[in-house]
Amino acid sequence: MLALEAAGVRFGATVALHPTDLALTEGATLALIGPSGSGKSTLLRLLVGLVEPSEGRVTFGGAPLPRASEPGGARRLADLRRRLGFVVQGGGLFPHLSAFDNAALLARRSGWSEARVAERVSELAELVHLTPAELGRPPARLSGGQRQRVALMRALMLEPEVLLLDEPLGALDPLIRAELQDELAALFARLRRTVVLVTHDLAEAAHLAQDLVLLAEGRVRQRGSLTDLVGAPADEFVTRFLRAWRPPKALLDAWQEGPG
Amino acid sequence: MRRALFGLALGLLAVSSIGCQPAEPELRIGSKKFTESVVLGELLVQLARSAGEPARHVAELGGTRILFEALVAGELDAYVEYTGTLRAEIYRGEELNTRADLAAALAADGLVLGPALGFDNTYALGMDRGVAEERSIARIGDLPRHPDLRFGFGEEFLGRADGWPGLRDRYGLPQTDVRGLDHDVAYRALAAGDLDVMDLYATDAEIELWDLAVLEDDRGFFPSYQAVVLWRRDVAERAPDAVESWAALAGTIDAAAMRRMNREAAVDRQPAALVARRFVAEELGLELAERRATGVHRALLRTTLDHLALVLPSLLAAVLLALPLGIAAARNPRLGQVVLAVTGILQTIPSLALLVMLVPLVGIGAKPAIAALFLYSLLPIVRNTQTGLASLPTSLLESADGLGLLPKERLWLIELPLALPAILAGIKTAAVINVGTATLGALVGAGGYGQPILTGIRLADPMRILEGAVPAALMALLAQATFELAERRLSRGGMSGAIL
Repeated sequence: MLALEAAGVRFGATVALHPTDLALTEGATLALIGPSGSGKSTLLRLLVGLVEPSEGRVTFGGAPLPRASEPGGARRLADLRRRLGFVVQGGGLFPHLSAFDNAALLARRSGWSEARVAERVSELAELVHLTPAELGRPPARLSGGQRQRVALMRALMLEPEVLLLDEPLGALDPLIRAELQDELAALFARLRRTVVLVTHDLAEAAHLAQDLVLLAEGRVRQRGSLTDLVGAPADEFVTRFLRAWRPPKALLDAWQEGPG
Repeated sequence: MRRALFGLALGLLAVSSIGCQPAEPELRIGSKKFTESVVLGELLVQLARSAGEPARHVAELGGTRILFEALVAGELDAYVEYTGTLRAEIYRGEELNTRADLAAALAADGLVLGPALGFDNTYALGMDRGVAEERSIARIGDLPRHPDLRFGFGEEFLGRADGWPGLRDRYGLPQTDVRGLDHDVAYRALAAGDLDVMDLYATDAEIELWDLAVLEDDRGFFPSYQAVVLWRRDVAERAPDAVESWAALAGTIDAAAMRRMNREAAVDRQPAALVARRFVAEELGLELAERRATGVHRALLRTTLDHLALVLPSLLAAVLLALPLGIAAARNPRLGQVVLAVTGILQTIPSLALLVMLVPLVGIGAKPAIAALFLYSLLPIVRNTQTGLASLPTSLLESADGLGLLPKERLWLIELPLALPAILAGIKTAAVINVGTATLGALVGAGGYGQPILTGIRLADPMRILEGAVPAALMALLAQATFELAERRLSRGGMSGAIL
């Protein structure tokens, strides 16, 4: 499984991530949370080799990730990434390809037959609730929610061992967001796959993941379940971050009393 | 995508090869872009043919240097030059005072100084007779007293040592309103009163036509400009009969005969070939088989094919080099700055200067024109490729990398298709510029739509100019429309199928 071993990232004099140890748990969903600039996106990029560690190393199954610059590194890195399913913030769909072709791209490059591609796409379309008509459209003619579903399909296409999602629901309006959160939770439960997702929203993290990693200023401040974090905050920052999430009291009361 | 580009390349190659012809072992006779030179070139061609040697006229080349260097390089076999030009321009500073000196210098370059035709086409200054009489100007020595006179000289006269700079120093001429303009245009400017003094050739037909006053060269500044035939030494072995026929021209054309032929060709607009043939028949008593004149449609087809044979190979070669350069420039910004600076500098070289610079390197004909057009096409394509690639959102590139596309796959499947509208716009700009600039190719013997334009300017014949200018404009519009259609096709999202 993917792991950081004292891996740190520096851009010139700026430290984006201090040396960090982090191992993923097979089959579990882990959420990287923290404010902007906390290093959570850098950490996710380290895991797919989009950023190379300035110190320490990133391993997959015990072996360090290949570097793009070493001989044959680009090919080995691409092969490894095809075993991971990565979704950039905003989905990163290719605007010149239809939803179907976006989803099918990597399978076709990996030499799948068209029949096998079509079968897998329709299987995934069912999973993320997309219709064949929607699959025929270019991204510009899909809603934000639909685009996220296509991005998810594309990441799942090659049956990845790990799914890595950067702010998967970032730009969606609250209703669609809540709906997709439920769908994602159901999907993760059904797939039983290792998932890493980045979010700045504590509620979303707690809804989707059992395992939370709270980052600030390039350091992991605490790792654990929401209960662990609430029960024993590791430092002042964790406490402040938890308190920053404040649903209106009237709403909490209503939820506790009412049937809903 | 790759297949589409490959297909496009093949198509361009196929079309561009139409204009090329197999080389024939025929004599190539050059001429400069003024009427007298064209008539004399035609004369050499017809004499060679009457002697049984196939010959072709490479007409209206853009300057003495181009002709002489082409002759030395073996791109031309013969042309008519003037002794004054040889002494003052080609062998400047070598004190070749006698004919034997000149012949020796030419022999050192592998050339033969042929017979003098008989007339001396020296430079002279001319004025409107009315203005000259009003101010009582009869000699060049009278000009310093009239500093307000407006001078207009041909570009060649303006620049060469035996032209304006030397004349100004010899006579102490104070005039400051001195413009460079085409010789044929200058006559019209003089007639219209926009100009007071111009340079003349002593055999210009227009001297009589416009009744010009020719000013006396009272200090003997202008050297002698006897017309002589020059040929390469090896022509005497390859085509001895042709050389013999040219040798027979010695002393047969006096100034009056030349002025008459110039008048027939320039003023009466008879084809130079006809004028030359009449001279050969009447003065030399040789009867020539009439060559069938080419019809307007055939001529248009010919110039169109010639023009395409300049535009298409240069554009194709530019695409093949500029695309990788643009990609490299987008990858490496520092390299990109260098590439854009170099291609930008190429763009600023005036087309005529670039053509003339290329002649010693690649000879005359289509090659220097294609090379120049190729160099001009680089900048718009490199720049648009570089900007098109550099302006793609980084999230898309991260997405492509993160999904596991190889760098090569990312380039061909994602980056180039997304940058294609920008790249096509660059190729379109290059194509449109190319079609227009290619008209200058006629100055180095490349033919194309520039040929009727040159002839039209030489004969002051607007219809002839339009014969080249209108199809050139149409071709430019067609190129523009074709690329815009392709861009629209692409932007409708019809690419997804074509790419994979």
